[in-house]
Amino acid sequence: MKYVKQFSIILGISFLAELLEILIPLPIAASVYGLVIMLVGLITKLIPLEKVETAADFLVDAMSIMFVPATVGIMASVDALKEMLLPICVITVVSTVLIMIVTGRVSQHIIRGQKNKGAATLQTVGTEAAADDKEDR
Amino acid sequence: MNEILSQSIFFGIAITLVTYEIGLWIKQKTGKAIANPLLISVILIVAVLLLFHIDYETYANGAQYISIFLTPATVSLAVPLYRQLELLKTYPKAIFGGIIAGVLTAMVSVFALSLMFGLNHEQYVTLLPKSITTAIGMGISEKMGGIVTITVVVIIVTGILGNILAETICRLCKIEDPIAKGLAIGTSAHALGTAKAMELGEIEGAMSSLSIVVCGILTVISVSIFANFI
Repeated sequence: MKYVKQFSIILGISFLAELLEILIPLPIAASVYGLVIMLVGLITKLIPLEKVETAADFLVDAMSIMFVPATVGIMASVDALKEMLLPICVITVVSTVLIMIVTGRVSQHIIRGQKNKGAATLQTVGTEAAADDKEDR
Repeated sequence: MNEILSQSIFFGIAITLVTYEIGLWIKQKTGKAIANPLLISVILIVAVLLLFHIDYETYANGAQYISIFLTPATVSLAVPLYRQLELLKTYPKAIFGGIIAGVLTAMVSVFALSLMFGLNHEQYVTLLPKSITTAIGMGISEKMGGIVTITVVVIIVTGILGNILAETICRLCKIEDPIAKGLAIGTSAHALGTAKAMELGEIEGAMSSLSIVVCGILTVISVSIFANFI
């Protein structure tokens, strides 16, 4: 009966998150509150990982299927879609490419900065970082 | 047809699972990102509904019971994030710096282009959460008054695009560090991009899946500010 217990915890948190969504006047969906509650629970060990792991992995695995019904609803929004088809295409392509470049370059810059600084000031830290780096690869 | 099926609960559930299974099979056979099971499933269902003149409501009557599991599934995203927490502690500056820069780029680029195209508020907030995971993006679009179904489609197309372009862009822009690559892919193309990141390597994959959740949460905060601009 371990599934019953695991699903009880996850669905219980979902319910708590729903209450928060209703009570807190912020434009935040219940699922985000729930995600934060679960994460805090795991970090503080109030919720042991093995008590939710199996059910959570199942739900995350099956998540794509849960988007199907909402997406089929596009049938009802065809007119709205037609109206903004060109902007959608341009915005999707341009912003996706930009986000990828900016995120990658900024984080790479910070990582390399950290490594260089470590190597220049403290030899030991530098070799340690290099060793870490090797391990990472 | 419609009258009989509208009394059925399992029609919507069954057709969703069966078409998704077909999508998984096609994905396995071709191995292409464009053969996305979710996309295939949706196209097949829309085709069946149009062909047999079945209303969306008839389908949704049963299919809604699949959608309700989205909240617990999003809550469960905390588990893979928790597993990667060690990584987050190793390079906190690079990870947060990169993702914050990415989220701001997303907001500013969508805002500037929406302004250029003269989109209204509804259309603008429909597109704002386009680069984050569908579960959180859907919630944002709904809360802000966007068109949720279009948001979902745009999010999926973004993911497929990121998946296909990732390697080329990283090479062209000299993004070589595995951590930076993973962050770039996860922040721009959520779970569908992460599938590509996993192919590139373990660090890329872990970083990409970490970015999905961190970027999702940061986007919730920034959208609540940016949504007021149009």
